[in-house]
Amino acid sequence: MSTFYFIAFLSIFFSILVITAKSPVHSILYLILTFFTFTIHYILMNAQFLAVVNFIVYMGAILVLFLYTLMLINLNKESEPRKSNLVKIAGFIGGACFLITIVAALKAFTVSQPVVLNNPNLGLVKNLGKILFNEFLLPFEVSSVLLLSAMVGAVLLATKDPKTA
Amino acid sequence: METLTKTMQGVPLNHYILLCAIIFSIGVIGVLIRRNAIVIFMSVELMLNSVNLLLTAFSVYRGDATGQVFVFFVMALAAAEVAVGLAIIVMIYRNTNSVDINVLNRLKW
Repeated sequence: MSTFYFIAFLSIFFSILVITAKSPVHSILYLILTFFTFTIHYILMNAQFLAVVNFIVYMGAILVLFLYTLMLINLNKESEPRKSNLVKIAGFIGGACFLITIVAALKAFTVSQPVVLNNPNLGLVKNLGKILFNEFLLPFEVSSVLLLSAMVGAVLLATKDPKTA
Repeated sequence: METLTKTMQGVPLNHYILLCAIIFSIGVIGVLIRRNAIVIFMSVELMLNSVNLLLTAFSVYRGDATGQVFVFFVMALAAAEVAVGLAIIVMIYRNTNSVDINVLNRLKW
């Protein structure tokens, strides 16, 4: 139980570092650490499939994509122009208001039940695969079309137009 | 794995909701206070991930695996979104030599 609170503290700590780090490269590295703590959360809930997918897709694919983009456009030399303090304070107050609203709504709940895993193989690949390929077969196929169209769109957007360039 | 899941037992659902709400609002604040388009994008990823974690927590709480299937779909969506979004950012950088979002104020008014 104390493991959860320690990992939760690390998640919040690293995600604050993500948005406050000066250099974008440091931001991405802190984001990788944040996602690693999320993977540990999934393991603690015995969602093994999601833990592996989070590890491979987020930390392996998406963040490497971020790092490559950053390397291609080479932002390291110039620091990001700062926003004025007024905008920063306004943004902070906006986010804090959002948080306070959710916490206040949470207070309206009575004492919550603990999260107990009744079925130990709930998040295993075998169980999830059965659900995915029975009830959610059509959304699964549609998401493959989505990934294909995203790939085509990304290639189309990122290549130079030979007529104008 | 048995002992690992035993350690998790007893964390109230409210604490999961609280953790995910905090991380989601950190993502919101990051979108509002940063000017670098890539960092804004990373804050959006942070928000998506906090929602994923909350969906998984609810799924375990209810004993229903549908929530975890939804997390899988959200991850596929996030991958597609990142591919297209980073392509757009590269294109913006090629045209304006900057990823500062304040350069992109031609859509104002």
